[in-house]
Amino acid sequence: MSDTGIGARVKRKEDHRFITGKGQYTDDINLKDQTYAYFVRSPYAHATIKSIKIPKWKPEDGVVGVFTGDHVAEDKIGGLICGWMIHSKDGSPMKAGPHPILAQGKVRYVGDHVAVVVAESKEQAKAAAARINVSYGELPHVVDAAKAAKSAAQIHDVAPNNTVFEWSLGDKTATDAAFSRAHHVTKLDIVNNRLIPNAMEPRAAIGSWDAGNDHYTLYTTSQNPHVARLVISAFHGLAPEHKLRVIAPDVGGGFGSKIFIYAEEVVCVWASKRIGGRPIKWTAERTESFLADAHGRDHVTHAELAMDAQGRILGLKCHTIAGMGAYLSTFASCVPTYLYATLLSGQYAIPAIYAEVDAVYTNTAPVDAYRGAGRPEATYVVERIVETAAREMKIDPAEFRRRNFVKSFPHQTPVIMTYDAGDYDASLEKALEIADYRGFAQRKAAAAKKGKLRGIGFANYIEACGIAPSAAVGSLGAGVGLWESAEVRVNPVGTVEILTGSHSHGQGHETTFAQLVSDRLGVDINTVSIVHGDTDKVQFGMGTYGSRSGAVGMTAIAKALDKVEAKAKKVAAHVMEAAEGDIEFKNGTFSVKGTDKKMAFGEVALAAYVAHKFPTSEIEPGLKESAFHDPTNFTFPAGCHICEVEIDRDTGVTEIVNWTAVDDFGTVINPMIVEGQVHGGITQGVGQALTEGCVYDPDSGQLITGSYMDYCMPRASDVPSFKLDFTETKCPSNPLGMKGCGEAGAIAAPAAVMNAVTDALGVRDLPMPASPHTVWKALHATKMAAE
Amino acid sequence: MDNFNYHRPSKPADAAKAMKKAKDGKFMSGGMTLLPTMKQGLASPTDIIDLGGLKNSGVTAAAAKVVVKAGTVHADVASDKGVKKAIPALAKLASGIGDPHVRNRGTIGGSIANNDPAADYPAAVVGLGATVQTSARKIPGDKFFTGMFETALKSDEIVSAVEFPVPKRAAYVKFPNPASRYAMVGVMVAELKDGSVRVAVTGAGPKVFRVPEMEKALQAKFSADAIAGIQVKAKGLNSDIHASPEYRAHLVNVLARRAVAAAK
Ligand SMILES: Cc1cc2nc3c(=O)[nH]c(=O)nc-3n(C[C@H](O)[C@H](O)[C@H](O)COP(=O)(O)OP(=O)(O)OC[C@H]3O[C@@H](n4cnc5c(N)ncnc54)[C@H](O)[C@@H]3O)c2cc1C
Repeated sequence: MSDTGIGARVKRKEDHRFITGKGQYTDDINLKDQTYAYFVRSPYAHATIKSIKIPKWKPEDGVVGVFTGDHVAEDKIGGLICGWMIHSKDGSPMKAGPHPILAQGKVRYVGDHVAVVVAESKEQAKAAAARINVSYGELPHVVDAAKAAKSAAQIHDVAPNNTVFEWSLGDKTATDAAFSRAHHVTKLDIVNNRLIPNAMEPRAAIGSWDAGNDHYTLYTTSQNPHVARLVISAFHGLAPEHKLRVIAPDVGGGFGSKIFIYAEEVVCVWASKRIGGRPIKWTAERTESFLADAHGRDHVTHAELAMDAQGRILGLKCHTIAGMGAYLSTFASCVPTYLYATLLSGQYAIPAIYAEVDAVYTNTAPVDAYRGAGRPEATYVVERIVETAAREMKIDPAEFRRRNFVKSFPHQTPVIMTYDAGDYDASLEKALEIADYRGFAQRKAAAAKKGKLRGIGFANYIEACGIAPSAAVGSLGAGVGLWESAEVRVNPVGTVEILTGSHSHGQGHETTFAQLVSDRLGVDINTVSIVHGDTDKVQFGMGTYGSRSGAVGMTAIAKALDKVEAKAKKVAAHVMEAAEGDIEFKNGTFSVKGTDKKMAFGEVALAAYVAHKFPTSEIEPGLKESAFHDPTNFTFPAGCHICEVEIDRDTGVTEIVNWTAVDDFGTVINPMIVEGQVHGGITQGVGQALTEGCVYDPDSGQLITGSYMDYCMPRASDVPSFKLDFTETKCPSNPLGMKGCGEAGAIAAPAAVMNAVTDALGVRDLPMPASPHTVWKALHATKMAAE
Repeated sequence: MDNFNYHRPSKPADAAKAMKKAKDGKFMSGGMTLLPTMKQGLASPTDIIDLGGLKNSGVTAAAAKVVVKAGTVHADVASDKGVKKAIPALAKLASGIGDPHVRNRGTIGGSIANNDPAADYPAAVVGLGATVQTSARKIPGDKFFTGMFETALKSDEIVSAVEFPVPKRAAYVKFPNPASRYAMVGVMVAELKDGSVRVAVTGAGPKVFRVPEMEKALQAKFSADAIAGIQVKAKGLNSDIHASPEYRAHLVNVLARRAVAAAK
């Protein structure tokens, strides 16, 4: 391993720029003659729009234009789409209601986009928006997913009972048969609380139309600019792809919420033509982020687990109601289906599984993928019910898991997935040792002496990453292929530019991707630059989500590097007058086998461009190659997280006192960056478990947790110093052996925390977030029952 | 935020004059509460009278009392050596308000004039038996906070200082709201030099209140056990997604006991 190659703890190249305030985020960009947009949003959860009265503006109002759904209809701009078709059990397609970029006749959640004001300044746009008088006719609403199907609210005409689909996966008959043989059945009702993503950088967009070329440019906070261009072109019908450039510059965090194509960005780029081509900038206020970013999770689940007398799992049944919000966001439908139910086997050899998912509309912000997307929900179901079953059967929870682990690979689960590689015993055993599981009883007794309740909880999670084999997802309803593309441009002086369809918004690609190049070409990491996020520069790409940038994005780069190496060898052979088969490439040097002839990588690059010493009829000049990579399988990162908590009986405050995580991510490119991803992921999962929760008022439909006064993000003081370690089984489906690490922490953490909290309290379940109030109520109820 | 006229008087009399003339004027100290409410459109005063020009900040700590001028920011109270020695409970309270930005802008005058039910300082003013000095008079702490976001101040009256008698011992224990970090419940317990005991609770109710039963019990015996069985009534306490009235009532007892144990 070189000190900048694969496996090296290289400091992040991009951080100097970010921490010195030199990043270029969308809001940092200002175009000539730029105007500003402000959106008029619905104050009601569900209402008809009776009229929109626009005052007569004076010059000092600075208003450039006001646009509503009528203008959108006039220009035939298509609505927002959901790109994954799900069919119900009865074969009917999902019921996707219309989602215009500005409301047409009706609003369906507080924050729904009704009109846009474009003005000379942000302040003027906001002031003018306040003077637009929209008259609404209130309709019945529902915010609770569990109540949506039976509510008086009828949110979309196409969806009776507010039901989007009633879907199932697995074999019902086989599962029922397994349950009929059961020695013990564990039942659990659990809720996966709705979350608000809270990227540090709010969403923003600048749209502009160039009259001279009839060409549009959109700067936007996107995790996948090419997909944004594709959708805005093909579905909104704004312009063909070659007339639309989408740029996602530095993006300050996404966690999934910036995968989607949102109304505001489409409005900015569309309306720019309406105002004659002046650019229009919109930057979300934090309040708008709370109201109108796609939220995450929102599942209500009943699960049952059947065991034989030895505690071996015979079958799993589960029924989930998934809240979709008021509209289907870009990838909303695949999250509670193919990203969720396919992981319900966890790390266990479960012979029969049957899952039903009812997706429902509610009068709330749309729900879509959020760090983990479906997999945290699956892990929560599996790991909570496995823990509960172990407790009920009085089997040590570690032993219960051990008895049920998948032990041989490949392993076909009853819910589509074929696990390719893993060693679940190895991660469990290593974690038990690091966490000193044997010493727990002693620590619990010591805590009791201080008046604290101590509990321990496991999460043996698995996830499917490296999203995804195109043909496989296509057969399941995806509207796109999920390959990745890359281009390697070697400059005449031997420096390298990597153009990638992956998008970095915090992951550190500028460093890890450069490490791969440094490793492969033996060049200095500082001679490598990573270009991404611009549809005019990068040929195509599917973006970054689903922990795919390593396993899929870097594999595309590796393939292009193979081609570069092959061509460089040809050039080197000619220059050194040797047979191509005799050329060896190592540590950045081409040499002729058995001689002392050699050329540095840079010399070969120069020779390729100068093209004096090889027949250009046989070998084209230059050194630039591209590749597309479509994976053959998902990757399956897995691991064991162990959380220990202490609860203050008097106040109900939960303190996480120990955290052990042993993850198997396959090959690790940069342990420091991977550890950072795990730290962040766990902290986000701790947020879900202990502090975060999106609350809408059932009576008014208003978002109660609409600011940091009420929405509680986890803080540094809420998490302990993590003890991290790794086990490694290489991923067989990509040459680098990588599995992905971006979501693991957020997937594992909620179950680990809640297993520990329920263990400490001696209760079956507790709703997340287990806030001090919630914990105190449980303690109080136990106390009352005892008295 | 709407436009407004900005004034920065250097004498209290001019500030009062500007306020009288304004259609809907507002005094501003640190602006940590006023500006956010204006940005949200919850307040849109015609005139802002910035009290910063009065240069009325600083602390004097003597053996009998600590006087904090109205314009003193929380960070200065928290770090003042004299306060730390005379009334450590007051320094600790100030050190736990908001975050470093808020503590370096927000002032004691603004905090008590605003009288947020979840603010910390009201517990100190009432719990330590302080007196509020205004541009017109002296108001006993017990009479200053009249209701939720309401005080005894007249519209053109300016807080100029708060005088805290130095107690025999005192402690403030706060249970922060998990999200906002304001006081979900905060309890100041003080044994004054005359032997009387005060227990003042903020965050739990619509405004700061005292708990006479606890005060009586503690006067008889200043120990946590003495109040173990004394619960305030849940009825009338604040209710929100973070805490029910019952939970707040329970926390009052827990925090009061912890404050008694920590008092110094
Ligand atoms: C993020 C955040 C967190 C916070 N956390 C806490 C917390 O944990 N605990 C807590 O107690 N507070 C908290 N606060 C409030 C903070 O302490 C404010 O500083 C305080 O409430 C107001 O002080 P100010 O000087 O900024 O007043 P301003 O905002 O300037 O004024 C507030 C009100 O008081 C009036 N006023 C100001 N000065 C005077 C005066 N001298 N005479 C008469 N009227 C006056 C103004 O007209 C206005 O109505 C927080 C604030 C923020 C923004």
